[in-house]
Amino acid sequence: MARMKFLCDAERCIECNGCVTACKQENEVPWGVNRRRVVTINDGVPGEKSISVACMHCSDAPCMAVCPTDCFYRTEQGVVLHDKDLCIGCGYCFYACPFGAPQYPQEGVFGMRGKMDKCTFCAGGPEKDMSREEFAKYGSNRLAQGKLPACAEMCSTKALLAGDADTVADIFRHRVLKRGKGSEIWGWGTAYGKPDNPKAQPSQTKGAKS
Amino acid sequence: MRMTGKVLLAGVFVLAASLVSGCGERSQVVVYESGKYQGKTDTKPWENSPGAALYTTSKWTSGDMASWETALRTRNQSQNEYSRAE
Repeated sequence: MARMKFLCDAERCIECNGCVTACKQENEVPWGVNRRRVVTINDGVPGEKSISVACMHCSDAPCMAVCPTDCFYRTEQGVVLHDKDLCIGCGYCFYACPFGAPQYPQEGVFGMRGKMDKCTFCAGGPEKDMSREEFAKYGSNRLAQGKLPACAEMCSTKALLAGDADTVADIFRHRVLKRGKGSEIWGWGTAYGKPDNPKAQPSQTKGAKS
Repeated sequence: MRMTGKVLLAGVFVLAASLVSGCGERSQVVVYESGKYQGKTDTKPWENSPGAALYTTSKWTSGDMASWETALRTRNQSQNEYSRAE
């Protein structure tokens, strides 16, 4: 049985925020709510690393454990979803989640915290598949259309992988074995030469070819 | 006399209707059972037919989980540029 997971390759992510935009567009997420975001470590420093983060659809989800109204459920594919009709917007899941996935739209006159909204792995929610009600509450149901999450399918560098965990792991393993590791992945050695490989130094007269 | 009887009859009907009207009221409060999901049941993605949505390239048999999973695994390979390039 398929178990759906995300995997973000930090060596490939270029912080383009294409996944964030794709998610916003696909699910018509309200203003102020980001189901997905890109986190960058050592921003601006050579060797910075970015990673796209959303709900990781935990196998033992803390949000499910702390929810006082038990509005969460896990589908057969391992996707963690919730029923917005039961959610009271208390925010416990936000404190429990290690990824900051739960989001709360501002609703009402005083900008009160609305019902929780989070990444659904583009699997909709507990309404009729591909219905207007489902889209309004949870966004697009791409799994019911035989598609994968929009963020991963739109990723230009294919840093963000999504789908059956076994398949995603196979793709990533193959990729890592092919590309090697270290600075050659992101091009520093190619561009500026490697200290341990003088031949890789760019020629001052003819110019170097990468 | 006949008019008074009709009014009385109507009054009895209204009284009876108002008395039993509360019987059909549904409980609007969810009684929670700790640790159990009590929301609506979700439908399975493979129960839909591939033609239900526009621009779907995946093909599977409606109601067949295995064929739906195979379709998704096939689509997954579009994220593997090594397999496309080789």
